[in-house]
Amino acid sequence: MESQCAIEFVVNGAPVAVPWDHPRATLLDALRERGLTGAKEGCAEGECGACTVAMVENTSAGVAYVPVNSCLLLLPMAAGREIYTVEGLADRGSPAEVQTAMAEHGGSQCGYCTPGFVMSLFAEQYRPGRVGPCRVEALEGNLCRCTGYRPIRDAALSLGPAPEGPLQERLSRAAPEVKPFACEAGPQRFARPGTLAECLKFLASDPEARLIAGGTDLVVESNLKARRLNALISVEGVAELLLFRDSDDAVEIGAGLTLSEIGARWSDAPAAFREWLQLFASPLLRNRATLGGNLATASPIGDGSPLLLAFGADVRIAGLRGERIVALDEFFRGYRKTALGPGEIIRSVVLPKPLPAYARFYKAAKRRADDISTVAACFAVDLDAAGKVTRARLAYGGVAATPVRAVVAEEQLAGRRWDLTAIEAAQGALARTLTPISDHRGSAEYRLALAQSLLEKFWHECAQEAAA
Amino acid sequence: MKIAGPELAHESAYGHASGEALYTDDLLARFPRALHAWPVMAPHAHARILHLDASAALAEPGVVTTLTAGDVPGENDTGAVRHDEPLFPSEVMFHQHPVAWVLGETLEAAQRGAARVEASYEPLPAILTIEDATAARSFLSGPLHWARGDAAAAIAGAAHHIEGQVAIGGQEHFYLETQAALAFLDETGEIGVHSSSQHPAETQQIVARVLGSPRNRISVECLRMGGAFGGKEAQANPWAAVAALGTWKTRRPVRVRLTRALDMMLTGKRHPFLGRFECGFDGEGRIQGIRIELYSDGGWSLDLSEAVMGRAMFHADNAYYLPAADITGYVCRTHKTSQTAFRGFGGPQGMLVIEEALDRIARALGVEPHLVRERNFYREGQTTHYLQPVKDASRIGTIWRRLKSTSRFEERLREVAAFNAAQEHRKRGIAITPVKFGISFTAIPYNQAGAFVLVYPDGSVQVNHGGTEMGQGLHTKMRHVAAESLGVTVEAVRIMPTRTDKIPNTSATAASAGADLNGAAVAIACNEVRSRLVPVAACQLQCAENAVRFAGGQVFAEGAETDGVAFVKVVEDAYRQRIALFADGYYRTPGIHFDPKTGTGKPFYYFCYGAAVSEVEVDGFTGDHRILRVDIVQDVGESMAPLVDLGQVEGGFVQGAGWLTIEELLWDAQGRLATNGASTYKLPSWPELPEVFEVEFLERAAEPGVVFGSKAVGEPPLMLAISVREAIRAAIAAFGDGGIVDLDSPATPERIFWAIRRAQRAPRAVREKSPA
Repeated sequence: MESQCAIEFVVNGAPVAVPWDHPRATLLDALRERGLTGAKEGCAEGECGACTVAMVENTSAGVAYVPVNSCLLLLPMAAGREIYTVEGLADRGSPAEVQTAMAEHGGSQCGYCTPGFVMSLFAEQYRPGRVGPCRVEALEGNLCRCTGYRPIRDAALSLGPAPEGPLQERLSRAAPEVKPFACEAGPQRFARPGTLAECLKFLASDPEARLIAGGTDLVVESNLKARRLNALISVEGVAELLLFRDSDDAVEIGAGLTLSEIGARWSDAPAAFREWLQLFASPLLRNRATLGGNLATASPIGDGSPLLLAFGADVRIAGLRGERIVALDEFFRGYRKTALGPGEIIRSVVLPKPLPAYARFYKAAKRRADDISTVAACFAVDLDAAGKVTRARLAYGGVAATPVRAVVAEEQLAGRRWDLTAIEAAQGALARTLTPISDHRGSAEYRLALAQSLLEKFWHECAQEAAA
Repeated sequence: MKIAGPELAHESAYGHASGEALYTDDLLARFPRALHAWPVMAPHAHARILHLDASAALAEPGVVTTLTAGDVPGENDTGAVRHDEPLFPSEVMFHQHPVAWVLGETLEAAQRGAARVEASYEPLPAILTIEDATAARSFLSGPLHWARGDAAAAIAGAAHHIEGQVAIGGQEHFYLETQAALAFLDETGEIGVHSSSQHPAETQQIVARVLGSPRNRISVECLRMGGAFGGKEAQANPWAAVAALGTWKTRRPVRVRLTRALDMMLTGKRHPFLGRFECGFDGEGRIQGIRIELYSDGGWSLDLSEAVMGRAMFHADNAYYLPAADITGYVCRTHKTSQTAFRGFGGPQGMLVIEEALDRIARALGVEPHLVRERNFYREGQTTHYLQPVKDASRIGTIWRRLKSTSRFEERLREVAAFNAAQEHRKRGIAITPVKFGISFTAIPYNQAGAFVLVYPDGSVQVNHGGTEMGQGLHTKMRHVAAESLGVTVEAVRIMPTRTDKIPNTSATAASAGADLNGAAVAIACNEVRSRLVPVAACQLQCAENAVRFAGGQVFAEGAETDGVAFVKVVEDAYRQRIALFADGYYRTPGIHFDPKTGTGKPFYYFCYGAAVSEVEVDGFTGDHRILRVDIVQDVGESMAPLVDLGQVEGGFVQGAGWLTIEELLWDAQGRLATNGASTYKLPSWPELPEVFEVEFLERAAEPGVVFGSKAVGEPPLMLAISVREAIRAAIAAFGDGGIVDLDSPATPERIFWAIRRAQRAPRAVREKSPA
């Protein structure tokens, strides 16, 4: 294919221009074709982290190395970015501290996942504002099949402050701005507008175009289903989507903020939110994934929705004809269907205050880190002075074709004493109203039983919390 | 843990961490004209191909050619054991079975070309489960039958009796590096193949077979593998064959790299098993007689399945004396991927059945399971059910007592009971289980190895050996063996990539035997070179030949360590004296034999022993569990690379825990693998790392007759993870009255959840309590 467009970015301090010759090309492909074979393809869906590279970004904590899955960045998404790969860490032939630590602690066996671990750990070591040891949770997006993780944990815990040197120095200068950008090559077109108005205009002019934020869902389709995404509009540069506002009456979260950024900005977020964030995919994915993307894909097992439903969230939708607000429980219209009309985009998610008094998020899955839930649930209740339920929201993923509120079960709780009799009544309503399916994550019977028993677990935990 | 020997980091550790260590597909950029291969796959689990026109792919821009049966100049078969794996089949034997391949200038061109290929099929009935295969008598092998004594009579005569069955799930290898091969024409116009293969000699053999070529025209090289675990023992061959055939046809380099999804859909896995047992025992739980029937799901072709079943039968005793035993094995033929070697090679499945039986015996009698286990341990002088004396049998008890003490087992058993009495919705379980694992290939001819050691006049050394590096640290150990044997520093020794034109006719690097076999061969070769240097050194040092010592790059007379000469001086002199500075080494394991007809012999050179204590906590609301603490004592002989061996123990344990808990392979009713990616098939991740993880090596355990007194370590620790499963079972039992717990494997949250529900037969009391 005749190339008409080159994607320019910076790798390990040196500018590169890579021809954009097919729509499924990823940053990982481009790096490997250029001989930077440290990053590996292990799964092509952002689950294993073998392809991890670091992007220099301006985060709310400061200029940072942000580790991401390079398999989930389509090539034009890298335009204007500054990227470090494992080959860029050594200083004049001597390995970086994190590389030495991994080698000397026995952190590598087959070594195939090691460059990815090195990059995640490197970013953690250099994380702005880090005090105390590196968090091993920062490595939860990387899989190792050989070591069983103990030596990697010890390598991580052995690291002190980021050493002085060019890599530390780099963080004293701002990262490149994510500037507006557009390119075309044959039938392929990619646009990264800088404002919401421009974004809506692009969307209106190219009805075939798909919106893309972090790409953690859409690029998986491209990689695994060989799907050509010929027309893409990236929202990464749209300033209006990056807003975060915590006021007296609501918390408003921009649809384009990454989950990691939301966590950093919402410093006094309730416990349920913190639990939820920790269980949401992996750090590598949270560094790219957005709430807007999570809601727009409308997956029945998306973990974003149960929390937001239980918090009574509204979705602020923008279109060329203005804005509208849709309650999240009216946003999902069927399997993978939403209330978004043609040319519309999610601008933000609004959580009204006061936030619920008691709320917990639960995720039942085969694996506790970075798994897709069998059932996800978020429960929020408010009680009056007499111990009666004034408001209950029970929200689930994985029990129906869309994320749902269990409204009939909520009605069983409303106005009643918050006790196990009420819970049993609500559990009965769940059995009558939820419609889970059987698949490789769990049987329909298990999903229903989980929906019921998680509610009971919530009640017990509330009781414990109240007792404490 | 304490490490006695040198702390040798992995020989490639810095290469791994810097990204400089190369794997097969990393070489692609060195072959600019390489073509990319993609398969045309059949959408049925079992079907006859009525019509296949691959030429339609040629209409796709960038497609160069296609590969079909008609292109094969030799034999259209890649079956390693039985010639039963056509590379281009006429009958589809599993869902996504490749029926043709497309070669393109880019991977995308090949993929799009493959999508254009026209094929029509006549679907045939598919057998997808062990139960269906058994009913249809669809077997690849069996019955294999070995017996000692009259088990039926012993069972009938025993005071107590149980029977049961357990379904055991398979396991995806999920080596991080998927299958990869890169074929090219070498400088002489012959075929070279870079292959991510545990068995380059067999890869060479299969490529030669498909090309109808003598083996000397094919060279196969394995630089290193990004994990293998048995999955590249026999199943690296087809991809190398496709690449080589493509190169043969197009005269261009051809790259085959399976994506993760392809790798999972096309390659074999650990065998799912069904185990049935019937057991008679006395009032203290001592087994009097046992009858075991094992059924494995072998998939569509034989592959290594018969040997896997054999090892399962060899390990049906685990560490326990079975006075009368009757063991039968069947390999079922199903329309699935051809299941293959996976760390443990049937041993884990065989052991799981006996551990299942022992737990039931204990719960049937109301005796603590750990007591029933130890009452059945082998004692010195006893023989296995295949009549091999159990060498070092007393180590089982030694390890067991040591571990109980270091893990505070008895005390923690009481702590767990107290926790469980106080908690209604969370229960803990603690369990201790042993492992006895036989070392040697049970296919006797495989127990041989070669090495070729080259010393240069500057004192530097190249070591070639037949083993492959897949992360297990074989090269690290071989470097140590060579350095110690020649008396040079490890830095002076370079381990060369594994190539069939350096060491021919090698065995697969497998069966945990890589270091034993190749290490012995390397030591023999090094000793030969050294023995030639002795007279030269004796002359230089003016001492008797029998006083010459080599160590750390110095050569000296015994007792005069500080007054020696540099190794390089001896070597330079030897070269001038026209003494050969290179030698081969060849080793075969002595004294092993087995007669499959009688089911008796001495198939194993020695046994590896170990034991583990695991403690878990189970959530009664979800069936979720956490591993709180693991303690291990493992017999690794005299470890020659403690850091490497520790990594094998810990990594093997976690991999075993994955197999027994969260790793679940599921096929749908059409025979499609439903868990075919990293998002649907879950390996252990960080939360599966035990919160406390203590590993100790058994002391004073040097193994005579093995290189440097070391012992095999690759596979045995995997089976220590059975303690996790038994701890989970104990926790489930604590939700009820402690009785027998039916629990198929893996113990997924859902299985645990339902097992808890069954254990809680009595309706729970509901206590009124309000948080307000």
